Amino acid sequence: MKHIVVIGGGIAGIEVACELTDAGHWVTIIEKESNIGGKLNNWSYLFPDFTPAEKIRESLQEKCEQKDFSILRETKIQSLERKNGKFEIQTSVNQQLNADAIVLATGYELFDAQRKEEYGYKIYDHVITSADLEKLLLPDGNLTTVTGEHPKRIAFVHCVGSRDEKSGNHYCSKVCCVTGVKQAIELKKRLPDVEIFCFYMDLRMYGKHFEELYRDAQEKYDIQFIRGRLSEASEKIDKSLLIKAEDTLSGRPLKMNVDLLVLLIGMEVGKGTAEAASACLLQCEDSGFLKTVDSFLKSNQSNSDGIFLAGSCTAPMSINDTILHARSAASEVNKWLKLMN
Amino acid sequence: MKFPPSFILPFTIGLLFIVSFLIVIVGVWISQLSKIDKSRIIHNIFTRKTLLAVHETFMESLLHRKIFKKNPVLGYMHMSLAFGWFLLIVVGHIEAYQHYQTLSIPIYKTIFMRYFATHQSITLGGKMLAASMDLLLLFVLSGVLLAYYKRFNSRAFGMKKTTQLKTGDRIALAALWFIFPLRFLAESVSAGIHHNGSIISQPTGNFLASFLPVQIFEMPLWWGYSCALGLFFFALPVSRYMHIPVEVVMIFLRNYGIKVQKRIDGFSRIQIYSCSRCGICLDSCQMTHAAIKDTQSVYMLKHLRNRKITDEKLFNCLLCGRCQTDCPVGLELNSLRITQRIESTRDYNSSYEYLRNGKIAISPQTQVIYFAGCMTHLTPAIIKSMKGLFEEAKVQYWFMDEEKTACCGRPLMQIGQYEAAQKLIDNNRERILASGAKKLVVSCPICYKVFKEDYAIPGIVVQHHSEYLLELMANGRLPVNKMNTRVVYHDPCELGRGSGIYHQPRLLLDEYAEVISIKNEKEEAFCCGGSLANTKIQMAERNQIREKAMDEYVRYKPDVLATACPLCKKTFAKSRQLPVHDISEIIYMAIQETKPSKLREEQQLKNTVKI
Repeated sequence: MKHIVVIGGGIAGIEVACELTDAGHWVTIIEKESNIGGKLNNWSYLFPDFTPAEKIRESLQEKCEQKDFSILRETKIQSLERKNGKFEIQTSVNQQLNADAIVLATGYELFDAQRKEEYGYKIYDHVITSADLEKLLLPDGNLTTVTGEHPKRIAFVHCVGSRDEKSGNHYCSKVCCVTGVKQAIELKKRLPDVEIFCFYMDLRMYGKHFEELYRDAQEKYDIQFIRGRLSEASEKIDKSLLIKAEDTLSGRPLKMNVDLLVLLIGMEVGKGTAEAASACLLQCEDSGFLKTVDSFLKSNQSNSDGIFLAGSCTAPMSINDTILHARSAASEVNKWLKLMN
Repeated sequence: MKFPPSFILPFTIGLLFIVSFLIVIVGVWISQLSKIDKSRIIHNIFTRKTLLAVHETFMESLLHRKIFKKNPVLGYMHMSLAFGWFLLIVVGHIEAYQHYQTLSIPIYKTIFMRYFATHQSITLGGKMLAASMDLLLLFVLSGVLLAYYKRFNSRAFGMKKTTQLKTGDRIALAALWFIFPLRFLAESVSAGIHHNGSIISQPTGNFLASFLPVQIFEMPLWWGYSCALGLFFFALPVSRYMHIPVEVVMIFLRNYGIKVQKRIDGFSRIQIYSCSRCGICLDSCQMTHAAIKDTQSVYMLKHLRNRKITDEKLFNCLLCGRCQTDCPVGLELNSLRITQRIESTRDYNSSYEYLRNGKIAISPQTQVIYFAGCMTHLTPAIIKSMKGLFEEAKVQYWFMDEEKTACCGRPLMQIGQYEAAQKLIDNNRERILASGAKKLVVSCPICYKVFKEDYAIPGIVVQHHSEYLLELMANGRLPVNKMNTRVVYHDPCELGRGSGIYHQPRLLLDEYAEVISIKNEKEEAFCCGGSLANTKIQMAERNQIREKAMDEYVRYKPDVLATACPLCKKTFAKSRQLPVHDISEIIYMAIQETKPSKLREEQQLKNTVKI
């Protein structure tokens, strides 16, 4: 029986582990947190069809209970060595694991919105991120401002920390456009009188049903989309926000007063992936995400033979794409192990 | 009448050429000065200022005191060449007067004295003069040797880089390298023949005569020496050695109070020609950290002199002023660059007519105006802290640019758009004066500099918030609470080198945190790399400059990097190696700490996101 170590117990890690267990291997997941599920735990409802994230979490949980693989919680990988065609792993809790193959599924981290100081996150009361908003969208979420009223006008800012040379991230995080559309619709459903404005550069509705959702947002929910980036926000005495932007379609600068500003934060490679990559001597792209051998047939292979990559440690990815990428990683691992025999 | 030997011709013609050339060109430059500057010369020429200029010429052009301070070996090299040569000429003349016993001697007879005066002086004075001439020549030769060595190994002189040469420079440099060795050989050979040498040339001459037919070598060597001098004089106008005569003129004019103007005039040409291309500015320039090696001041001046400046080089500069601090000639490098930027951007002057046509907003009556600046609006934590501190000190103020105000004008000035900037200045000045304020507090050093220097707002004290908060604290209007946070303070270019504010921020910070003193601070401080003055640099290059400075700060292991400029804060924050805070934030945080915990909790509760 072959032993495969999966680093990261998020969506990708669990999916890989399930597939490989089904194929008859012995799998161990190393997870740095006490809970599995990774970033899925941040979200309440998923685009494009408002599936409760809880539902996906439950089925993952169920799978974990049914399948016979072990999970080492609150554990990180310390070092990795190759010995006689096998891997020898030292963990942060001084365990030693031997593995025939490794799968990295270390995922991403959310962009720290405080790095765009001009938007005032954690400086102004009514500036929140998409991750903050997600928790408020649950049925028991409190959608009132500090004045105790519901917000009357809300603005979303797209591409916070993505496609932005100044914050050092040139790439597109892919999922924030549709997240913004989804959250705007949800807010409008909860607070039908609210006015919502989305400030965007481009709206990239690349996935199944995304474009339809965007059309609904405009036609059914009367959400306004303004092409232009926000330059700055300032807080007024009543804690409402004055935002300055440019409407690049009409070619005019604009100022607007809003009660709530939502920053659609992007994905970054994060410390966990960077640490695991350096322990495994893996190469990174300029963006920090891990390098795959190619973008087509070998999108699960790292530069190191026997170490495979799954999910958003390779690039920003939606949950559905992550699941597919993880399954393809499992199939690649299988093929490789057969070849090695 | 006996004709002098023909070998003196190259020297004599060269000397005539260079003297007339210099008289003409300096005359043209002085004629181009403004009327005010010309009257400055007339009014000051017979005052103490001339003596000061003589003193400065002696200290800088001859002794090279500033280069000495920077690097003793490099200083010695320049001093031995300049001061040594100068003394050779002076002592040579004294020796000639003493020898010929007359004051009317043709100049070639003093320069080539050892050829003409074929008998040794018999007086003690004459002997001593001859001996000192030999020693002086040795002194100069030691400098020449160092110059040879520096050309091939500049690192030995503590210089990482040395300037590239042009053809004119090469000819003049070669001539300069040959002048003194040839003189020494010619004098030694003559001493070998006529026994008219002194303590060094005579033994050398005797030695050479012991195995060489010295008679054959005498004329060619004197010819060589004369040619080298002549060549040097002819190459001088097209070489960097023009700085030798022009720098002296510049020192006198500068002492008379003449400065670089906002247009290219005679004085800016004089400054341009005064650059010796020593290359010290290359070492202080942080652009080299991003591998940008052809836009530094020395090259800008070279291109300005040859009238071949491109926008690519002119605008690829942070205007941080580090080169100006280090320039041994004391050239106004930032002003010279801005002057050329004004010339280069004349065609695309923005109109800002809407400011003139629109109504000027009414100003409320106030004692204190707060002007945050556009950069500070991108760092709202500073505005929040300033608002808190005003409240703490119970100051009534008018936040002039809270919602809408024209830019201060300084970024436009940095890229040469003075006319456009003036329109913004006029607009803002009217609003400031209408408020009846006595004080203008500014959070951004870029704005601070322009308010202080270019706004004519009599009766209004302009203060950067670090000065203002220090004053509030000293008057007991802000509580003091020294935290044990270790802080490195980064001097912003426009506040430090630009406005000379080094001590107030440190005095203030010292009351609230532990300030660590570092190597590159005050006049020597780094630029953050974010400067608005550079319109050509790439973001990746800015990042390289920033990281190099940040690496230096991290070595001192501070808890916080403090600065007093929103642009520096924003730039350094991107590095993520250290937490970066403006001085106002640190003081606000320290004061918050002194509040009773219940109040603080309330404050914090208020600040947490409830929605």
